[in-house]
Amino acid sequence: MLRKRTKMMKVSYFPGCTLKNKAVQLDIYARKCAEALGVSLEEIENWQCCGGVFSTAKDEIATKLSSVRALKEAKEKNRPLVTVCSACHNVIKQTNHAMSTDAEFAGKVNRYMAEDTDYAGETEVMHYLEMLRDLVGFDKIKEKVVKPLTGKKIAAYYGCLLLRPNSVMKMDNPENPRIIEDLIRALGAEPVMYANRNECCGGYVIMESPSLAEKKSQAVVENAKSAGAEIITTACPLCRYNLLKNGADIPVIYFTELLAQALGLKEDTDEQ
Amino acid sequence: MQRIGVFVCWCGTNIAGTVDVKAVAEALKNEPGVIVSTDYQYMCSQSGQQMIKDAIAEHKLTGIVVCSCSPRMHETTFRKTAASAGINPYMVEIANIREQCSWVHKDMPIGTEKAIILGKAAVAKVNLNAPLTPGESPVTKRALVIGGGIAGIQTALDIADAGFPVDIVEKKPTIGGKMAQLDKTFPTLDCAACILTPKMVDVAQNDKIRIFSYSEVTDVKGFVGNFDVTIRKHARYVKEDVCTGCGACIEKCPMKKVPNEFNLGMDNRTAIYIPFAQATPKVATIDPNYCNMLKNGKCGLCAKVCAAGAIDYTQKDEFIEEKYGAIVVATGFNPISMEKFDEYAYSQSKDVITSLEFERLTNAAGPTAGKLLRPSDGKHPHTIVFVQCVGSRCEACAEKGKEYCSKICCMYTAKHAMLTRDKYPDTDVYVFYIDVRTPGKNFDEFYRRAVEEYGVHYIKGMVGKVTPEGDKLKVQASDLLLNKQLHIDADLVVLAAAIEPDKSARPLATLLTASMDTNDFFTEAHPKLRPVESPTAGVFLSGACQGPKDIPETVSQAGAAASKVIGLLAKDKLTGNPCVAHSDEMMCNGCSSCERVCPYGAITYNDKEFRMPDRTTLIRRVASVNPAVCQGCGACTVACPSGAMDLHGFASSQIMAEVDAICK
Repeated sequence: MLRKRTKMMKVSYFPGCTLKNKAVQLDIYARKCAEALGVSLEEIENWQCCGGVFSTAKDEIATKLSSVRALKEAKEKNRPLVTVCSACHNVIKQTNHAMSTDAEFAGKVNRYMAEDTDYAGETEVMHYLEMLRDLVGFDKIKEKVVKPLTGKKIAAYYGCLLLRPNSVMKMDNPENPRIIEDLIRALGAEPVMYANRNECCGGYVIMESPSLAEKKSQAVVENAKSAGAEIITTACPLCRYNLLKNGADIPVIYFTELLAQALGLKEDTDEQ
Repeated sequence: MQRIGVFVCWCGTNIAGTVDVKAVAEALKNEPGVIVSTDYQYMCSQSGQQMIKDAIAEHKLTGIVVCSCSPRMHETTFRKTAASAGINPYMVEIANIREQCSWVHKDMPIGTEKAIILGKAAVAKVNLNAPLTPGESPVTKRALVIGGGIAGIQTALDIADAGFPVDIVEKKPTIGGKMAQLDKTFPTLDCAACILTPKMVDVAQNDKIRIFSYSEVTDVKGFVGNFDVTIRKHARYVKEDVCTGCGACIEKCPMKKVPNEFNLGMDNRTAIYIPFAQATPKVATIDPNYCNMLKNGKCGLCAKVCAAGAIDYTQKDEFIEEKYGAIVVATGFNPISMEKFDEYAYSQSKDVITSLEFERLTNAAGPTAGKLLRPSDGKHPHTIVFVQCVGSRCEACAEKGKEYCSKICCMYTAKHAMLTRDKYPDTDVYVFYIDVRTPGKNFDEFYRRAVEEYGVHYIKGMVGKVTPEGDKLKVQASDLLLNKQLHIDADLVVLAAAIEPDKSARPLATLLTASMDTNDFFTEAHPKLRPVESPTAGVFLSGACQGPKDIPETVSQAGAAASKVIGLLAKDKLTGNPCVAHSDEMMCNGCSSCERVCPYGAITYNDKEFRMPDRTTLIRRVASVNPAVCQGCGACTVACPSGAMDLHGFASSQIMAEVDAICK
């Protein structure tokens, strides 16, 4: 019987700076897996750094302009904008929200950009995890798994930026999320539940107060290990950096690597 | 043409301080229809009223305008004055020159000008007033109480005590409500069961009170004095009048793993059950979700062992129709779900519990026979952290919790903390609070005792995170007074969950056309002066369905609601408000707009025969208003596209005349 070839779904893709150097695995496997799952990630042309942190100073637009440009390009192509780094996602989604709800801010940005058309937050910003859940579907991922991660006890580490503020991010329950756990289950592994999975790793504080970041990161790792975790998985390059820097003695890998392993696109080497 | 008298009140300096009352009286003298216009220091006083009566007699007045305070204050007073002088009370109009004029203005010329305008508007209206006579309707001398907690029980007992029959409809198999689940009660620490169960027995034994347990109100029609109510009595598969409550069936029932809702799922019950020892009525109920006989026809043990022959697997839901003169809502409250508060690890650890669960854990009839043991491993907790305001006063996170203060938590947490320290002095007890609120008789003294005599650690600040680790709960919190972070290794964490109205309240409010606030608490007719009445005539409020309340306050309100009901049922006939809507059938086009906007369900549509000029008969669908139900809000008069709806006493022509007078 002839199988109808499913058409590739096209989405705009914003990788972000870190994914081009420190976190190349996050990027490489995001692309490979998307292709295997029937989604084509079309990188935004000439994208620039998202700004790193969403500034809550309302009169500040400079660090948000690159996000708006990326959002605008996705709008012109009539596609959702997919991000994968937690920090990029947070900045771009919050900027998009401000563009659609804060007329004063949006007016200032549009006047500064002085382009032919204004932007008012029309683009749908979607994290790669949401793309897996809502566009592809965890059921379909389960079908496509060729090397299930059976028997692995994996702790999902959300960190703080991915889910908060909930009123804007609207991805999952920020205090008891399940999206990564559901993915882990779809890949055949066993998710480990632990309380610190949505706590901050210390973030940028590591620059100013390394000991505080160490304390925060170690609490996460210890809590995950005491719950039986053998692997920690995350979407955030900074979280991974902090956990490893502060002595995590179990592998900390990106969720795209897990996905790639299960889809047979990556060897299981547990390399750091 | 009316003959109108205008009476301008000084209200001491309240009005006269900012309004030149003599100028007002003078200015209104020349308005159309005005025969006499005068002023006086206190128009509501006996001599002021006499002045009005004398003027009516002397000048043969047909209409009165009193320029004074709000009609809410003294409209009734002046209507009575007019009636005693022989003119229809609805020929009196009040121009509010106090609340809406003198109190809000500081400048005499401006205040005076506005008072004159308000007076002119009232005169213009009286010129179009017509005498109105209120209708009468009979009263069914029976009350319905919806909800059988302490609020419903007290209301029913008080109404029955006055000699009127009362029915209690309770959706659970027994009355008793939340209070039956409590251990001790603040601030006197008497045992809840010891003071509640005698009242439950009183209810059961009172021949004026009928209990419809395991029942719900499914339909309400009619109006004050004449409600037609349908009650659905759920099949309990046990004949209530035959069951002796001996409990033999419960011992034999093989289905022993049903979560026991009375103990909040902390232990199990059987599929056939009596919720607790003092249940009223003390009859068994079969839970159809778990009974093997009802699910797949296999078992039947309870029927075999029942000596009374009370088991009836074929029982069906029964619908009872009854007439009532008054309805009391006493649907109570529930703690909110903790599912959105995962920072406290409620779903992750059995040792994170709610305060109501704590009540069951310390109750002698609870799952641990009153010993304070951790749900996870049955060990004594040595460090307990109480977290107050979980979901209360939660303005920043409105999608999770409630903006309001749940009011009872400060006191019951102080009680829990104190009792724990009293019974288990080796236990460290922490209470985290935003504020400690203890307004009530002997309440603050009680809280001070917890702190000073019992050594409870009260810490101003909130808990940010609870992390189960090993057999400990790592509590991360802030101490706002010391400005530092705290880390406590606790054995048990108790969450004072916010309370919310029972879920049954919203659909019930729709049935009753009673109004609710955004939090689903029933709204009272006046927040200060009519706190136990709903704005819907004949519907009264008792207990926490109206707002968070402790037991003393609930019982006071229950008694107040009962006295309002008694006052209503004591009347043989009810005098209606004649200022109601009426429809001009010749103009009505049958569009139903008015029916849709009527918040009281007072409008119905009927097909009616009309004789045409050519002697043919035309059947048209037209609106009619039940004057006993209509509250005169006027929504229909605005909605009606053809102008068929109008309001007695507030006719569109009268309102327009007022507007014209103001804009002149």
